[in-house]
Parts: sequence; structure tokens; C-alpha cells
Amino acid sequence: MTARNRELANLVVVGVLTGLGFASVYIARQSVISAGSVSYALIFLGLYLAAHLVARVTVPSADPYLLPLTGLLTAVGLTEIYRLGPSDAFRQGVWIVVGVAVFALTLVALRNDFRVLESYKYLFGVSAVGLLMLPALPGIGTTINGARLWVKIGPLQFQPGELAKIALIVFLAGYLREKREVLAQGRLKDFGPLLVIWGAAMLVLVETNDLGSALLYFGIFLAMLYVATGRVAFVALGIGLFIGGSAVAYQVVARVQERVDIWLNPWQDPHGKGYQLIQSTYSIANGGYGGTGFGRGTFTTTGGTDLIPFVNTDFIYSALAQELGLIGASALLLVYMVFVLRGFRISMLADDGFSKLLAAGLTFAFALQAFIIVGGLLRVIPLTGITLPFVSYGGSSVVANFILLAGLMLVSNRANTQR
Amino acid sequence: MNRQITKLAIVALVLLSALVVATTYWQTWAVAGLAGRQDNAIQRVAQFTVRRGLIYTADGKLLAARRAKKANGQTYYFRRYPAGDLAAQLVGYSTQSRSRAGLERSMNDYLTASNSHLNTVLRRTLDRLKGATITGNNLVLTIRSDAQRAALTALDKNCGAAVAIEPSTGRVLVMASSPSYDPNLVEGHFGAIARRAQGFNCSPPAPLVNRATDGLYTPGSTFKVITAAAALDTGTFKPDSTFDDPGYCIEYGKKVSNFADQSGPEVFGHVDFVTALEHSINAVFCEIGKKLGPLTVLEYARRFGFYSDPPLETPSNERAPSGLYDHGRLFLPHDPNQVDPGRLAFGQERMQVTPIQMAMVAAGIANGGVVMRPYVVEKVVAPGLRGSTISRTHPHELSRAVSPETAAQLTQMMQLVVESGTGTAAQISGVSVAGKTGTAETGASGVNTTSFIAFAPAEAPKVAVAVILENQHGVGGRTAAPIAKTIMEALLRKGT
Repeated sequence: MTARNRELANLVVVGVLTGLGFASVYIARQSVISAGSVSYALIFLGLYLAAHLVARVTVPSADPYLLPLTGLLTAVGLTEIYRLGPSDAFRQGVWIVVGVAVFALTLVALRNDFRVLESYKYLFGVSAVGLLMLPALPGIGTTINGARLWVKIGPLQFQPGELAKIALIVFLAGYLREKREVLAQGRLKDFGPLLVIWGAAMLVLVETNDLGSALLYFGIFLAMLYVATGRVAFVALGIGLFIGGSAVAYQVVARVQERVDIWLNPWQDPHGKGYQLIQSTYSIANGGYGGTGFGRGTFTTTGGTDLIPFVNTDFIYSALAQELGLIGASALLLVYMVFVLRGFRISMLADDGFSKLLAAGLTFAFALQAFIIVGGLLRVIPLTGITLPFVSYGGSSVVANFILLAGLMLVSNRANTQR
Repeated sequence: MNRQITKLAIVALVLLSALVVATTYWQTWAVAGLAGRQDNAIQRVAQFTVRRGLIYTADGKLLAARRAKKANGQTYYFRRYPAGDLAAQLVGYSTQSRSRAGLERSMNDYLTASNSHLNTVLRRTLDRLKGATITGNNLVLTIRSDAQRAALTALDKNCGAAVAIEPSTGRVLVMASSPSYDPNLVEGHFGAIARRAQGFNCSPPAPLVNRATDGLYTPGSTFKVITAAAALDTGTFKPDSTFDDPGYCIEYGKKVSNFADQSGPEVFGHVDFVTALEHSINAVFCEIGKKLGPLTVLEYARRFGFYSDPPLETPSNERAPSGLYDHGRLFLPHDPNQVDPGRLAFGQERMQVTPIQMAMVAAGIANGGVVMRPYVVEKVVAPGLRGSTISRTHPHELSRAVSPETAAQLTQMMQLVVESGTGTAAQISGVSVAGKTGTAETGASGVNTTSFIAFAPAEAPKVAVAVILENQHGVGGRTAAPIAKTIMEALLRKGT
């Protein structure tokens, strides 16, 4: 069986699962949701078949599991978003269509050799910082939930930080490939451009109050530096710097202090600052082993008021954990693990430094982002608002992650073709 | 670079595995602790998706029922209390706006089928798999609805409480707290509860408080039963021990007079112990208290259950321990000089008691000196017409307070109180009643806390009762004793 036929078979399985998910929401909530909603599942399957056809033409040898896994994650997310609010689900559906389109465009544009990106690495580096600074610009920047992350132009609203993440990874892959030998020697002056880009990114992040992304970017930076140089000392130094920086930030930045205090004891202010995290914990706990079932969880008062603010973005995992239970939540995390394993496998199979670094960076970014948001909800680390890749409601996140997927598939196709 | 990539992959997998571990923690170990928290808004709503178990009295009267309501595509089951104010504080309430109280709170696990009994776990799991609505277990209480209603009616507009216990088992047959309230008003009409309680003779009326287990009162002379128990059981005095009553007792060089009626302080002269209890002579008990010492008296109080929360299935914050209170805190002296033994002996000093504790005292003597652990939940039953019994409460000995001989002597002495002493208002024709009156001064002139404890029939007790009333102008034998009589009559009528 060829890779693409395997992908097709997997997609059909995902399509059936999606149909089951929508059907169970429909059955559980008959009085609210129309029967036609099951057609969502069909449209969904059609969309992924289209993506599959593009992949068949452009990247015939690429990994056959990534696209179906993505389909599964977006399906789970869309089903839960639909269950929480049908109108949001429509918008999310549109964003998934846009995401698939961008995915297809990326594949088509870079089908011959994606490594041309390497020659534009500084452009990517600069645009990463530029994108990060956009929300800080007066007039178009918008603050939501305490973080200045959004850019609003007319009716369009997006988070440029998500795209900046991809740009940063491309820059790091190109730069580190070129400088890895000299960097491994540990001469300070070679770190200059790296530190400048990184420092600028950090500064912008502190400015925009987006702690989750700060952690994400820093993690990506350290991971890629380690892969390029193999120097554990750099990682240790970086983590040391981060802990030191965090200690200072805890003293100076009120928002950091608040987040850490809530993490340590959310019950110190159960109706104020700790409210979201506490109710999210209760939501997870209410799921138990088997969950309440799709559509049967409790997210609103009997009057219809939301009990957990931002439940379909930052807190979607709490909603899923309640309805799917430990079994379903663990299965979801396993999907992330399989995706991540496939990503690292691609990185290992690639035979040039840029491809390896690019795939490792994209994959680790994906894993770390899932860890930061879910770990925050589970109180493994302080909670910071960030999206769960492919699952959370949010257009920029969906589109950016489809680009990430396209990147991995391009690397994979090239690695598999050459063998 | 592949070595580094492998290591990075391991790091990423460890991070994601940590999430599985953490999710497991929150969805298994932590569940029980989180579900019961009062600020759990999810649970506060989710609990209404369970068909909450029903609550019945011993004679099958429905106290707590369900009311189904559809909203947002979910069916919610809210509470309806068809018996209204009948056992409001005991049953409590389960609402959205004010969470839970009473048995609705403490027995919540059973009522929502989240308890760990195998039968319940299986049924819950099956319901879940079938997609059926989970149904909670039903409760059958020990309360007798006829006597409970009689008690509430007899309490009338008085503030106070009445408790009746079956001495041989500890079954609580009546637990009435006045003013009561209509639990149907808690959700949505909370303000009406306080307004309706305004006609009662206390301020604030605090109808939500379960005075039977949480109300602390000065016992006055009903406490003499404990002093007498200590006096007889230690062998320090006998029923025929004689005393000289000058009408007062000297303590710390000051006179403590007998209770004053219309003709001034009474003086009884040469009396025996039996007469002293019959007529509740303070001066005699003052001397007995000084002879025994306060620590001995308190030790006997402890044997009857003082100094611990009255054992009952209601939430622990709705029960208060009886004992000496110093500045609002329970106080157990280790040095006899910290306590005035004379005043303690006749239930003044800083002694505070709950009605249920005094009912336990009466029940202990009625049961030959053994205090049975009081209980109010007879059994937990699986839902359905012929639901199997999930658990049944078995009678359990709490403590031996006094010897059977002492109990017999006290019974005879208390019978005389009702036959010819201060408690004649509690006489029931054809039944021998043993009792003791109490009238405690509150500091405000002419305003007393009155009480009465009793059990009947004296030779084979089937019911022990305690009544305590606030802000009374009369004495215990005239105010509390008739209420106790009404309750005992109601309970003896059909046999318990």
C-alpha cells in the first residue's frame, strides 16, 4: 500500500469518527441542535479528501499519518466547539477551510524544494519580530483577557503571534544550520544575532503580556539550539536564565505574580482570580473515568450562563475531559503523542541540517504548545492563555498549525523520496 | 544530530505523558475531594442532572421529592418539599442559589448515587453506559411524622426545640426546631423565610438554625439529673441521704438562694435527696456539687455525651457540643477552682446544652444507664418500588453513663417529680412518666430559658424527650412539660 492510499484509508476512519461524534452531540441535545448538523461531518470529510488529493499530487511520499491525525484533532475540537455553541462552530469550520486552503497553497508553492526558505532566513527572523510587534501598535492592536495579542482590521481579527512562531522556527533552522559548528564552540560573539532576535521577541512578549507564548518561544529556541549544537550546557544555561528571569518577573510583573500565586493556591481567591482555573478543575473532575458523554457535560447554569469563561479556546481541554472522561482525554493526548513521534521521525529521516532542524523545531513547538496549555489547566505549570493546537477555537491558530503541518509533510516527502 | 533529536523526542513525550498522569490524578484521586466543595459551580449544576433520591419519614411520609425541568437541552431535577416545614432544618435543602444544608448536604453522596456501595456503583455505571439518567438512593428516616407534627404544633410561636429518642436504640423519633420554615422558599423566595418567622418570640428568629442540635441553652435544673447521677453513682449520696435546706447555700461567702416563686425564696428545711430532686431545691444541689467537686460532675456529663458533637448524620457544622463555655468557646477545666461547683450542680455557671444532648441524658437513664448513639437515618434504599436496602443503621452503644442501679434510683426519683413535684403537668393518664423540669435565669428579669426532660413509660421506657424553650415568663414545669407530654402521648399512642 502506498503512503497516500494509507492516508486515504485513515481519513475514512476519521470521517466515520467525526460522524459519530456529531451524532452523539445531536442525540444528547436534540432539543437545541438541528438534525442537519450531521452534514457537518460530511462536509468535513470532503474537505480532508480535497487536502488529501493535493497531498497526492504535491507530496506523494510524505508521512501518511499526519493529515489523518490532524483531521482527528480538528474533528474533536470542532465537535466540542459545536456542542458548546453552534455559531462558533460555523466560524471555526470556515477557519478550517481557510487552513486547508493555506495548507494546499503551501504544498503547491514549495513542492519542488522548500529549502529555498533557508536563503530568506533573516527575512523570516525580522518578520517574526514584526508580526509580534503588530498588536502593540496603537489603532489595530486589541487587548482580550488581559493580553495584547490580537490585531483587528475591520471585521477581521487575528493573532499574528501564531504565524510569528512558524517564521521564528524557519529563521532558527536556517541560522542554526549555518552556524552550528561555530556555536558549538561556545564563542559569545556568534550568539549575537540569536540573542538579539530572541531578546527582541521576549521584550515584545512581556510588552504584550503573553506569558504562554514567551514560554513557548523560549522552549523552541532552547530545543533547536540543543539539536543544532548538542551542548547540554547551553540548555542548562538557558533554563537557568529562564528561572532567574522568572524570579525577577515574579517580583516586578504583577500579572506573573498573579498567575504563579493562583497556580500554587487557586482557592485563595475562588470567586475572583482563581475562579476560571478552579471551575476548570471541577469540570475535569466531573468527567471521571468515562466522562459524561458528548453533549451531556455541564458548562452553563440552568439559566444558560457560562460557568467557565473562554471555555472553547483556552479551556477546551477541560470541556473535553469532562465529556470524554479519563479515557477520552488520554486518547486525545495519545493522538498528540503519535503526531509528535511522527514529526521527530521525519526530522531523523531528513538528510540535511536545515530540514532536520525545521522538522524538529515545528514538532517540538507543537508538543510544547499542547503541554503549556493543558499543563496549565492541570496545574502542572502556571496557567497561561494559549491555544490547544487544532482543537481550540481560533482562526489564527488553526491556520498557523496547518502551515506547520504542511512544513512537516514537505520535509517528510523529500526525505522519503531520496531514499 | 539524530542523537539530539532522539533526546528531544523523549523530552517531548515525557512532557505529554506528564499530562496523562495529571489528568488521571484530577479525574480519579481528586474527584471525591473536589465534588463536595461548596464553590464547585459545575457540580452545583451537574448534581441537578441526577434524579436525586427521595427522603421519607419512618411512617412513609414524603419529605423531599423531585421536580423535573427542561432547560438548554438538559433535564434538571430540582427539589420539592411536599411536607413543607415539617422537618425543615433536619432535612435541609438542596438548591442552586444556596447550595445544600441538613441531610441534603451530609447525605448528598447517597442521594446522588455517588457513594461507593457496590450496588450503587454498578447501577450508576450501567445507567451511564445506557445513557440513562442516574437516579440517587432514597433515605428512610427514623422520624415519626405524626409526633413530629404534634411537636411543631405544640411549640407554637415559641422559639426552641424538642427532641424525642427511643432509649433502647437511639432512634430519633422527633426533632422539631421552632420557628421552622418552608424549604420550598429557599430557592427564589429566601427573604420570605425571615418574614414568616417574625411572629415568634425571639429575635432574630433564625429559622434556618437547627436548634435541636445546634442551639445552646442554659439547662437550669434539668442538669440536676446529671448531678444526681454523679452523686448516686459515685456512692457519695443515697436516695435517702438527708439535707438541711436553709433556703440558700453559701458559696465563696455569698448566699445562693433557692428559686423564687411568688411568695419569695422557698425554704424546705429537713429533706432527703428524693425530695430535693422532686422539688428541685437549689440549696441542696449546691451542697452536693460542692461535696462532689465540679470535675466529677463534668466527668458524668461527659459520660452522657457532653464535650463532643452529638453524634448524628447531619453536617458537623450543624451540631454543637454541650459543656461549659467560656467566652463562646467550649471549656473543659482541669483545675476545680476554675468552676463554681454549686451553680454548676443546678445547671447554671457557664453550662450550655443542646436539646438533643438533654434527650440523650433522659434516654440514657431510661435505658438502664447506657446511652445509645442517636441516629436519624433508618436506612438507605436503592431507587424503585422494591429497591434493595443499601445500608441500614444498627443501634450502637455510645457509652455507659451510670450503673443500672443508679439508673433505677434516678428513674424512681424522676417519677416523683412528675407525680407530685415540679413536673405534674407532664402526667399522662395510665402511663408512669419520669421527668425533670428546668428554669434557667437569663439575666433579664422575669425572662427564663425553660426546659423539661422526661421518659415514659417509666418501668419500660419507649420514648425519652427533651424540650427547651427560649424567652419564657413561666417555669419549665408549666411551659416545657406540657409540650413534652404532647409529644410522648403522640409517640405512645400507636406504639413505637
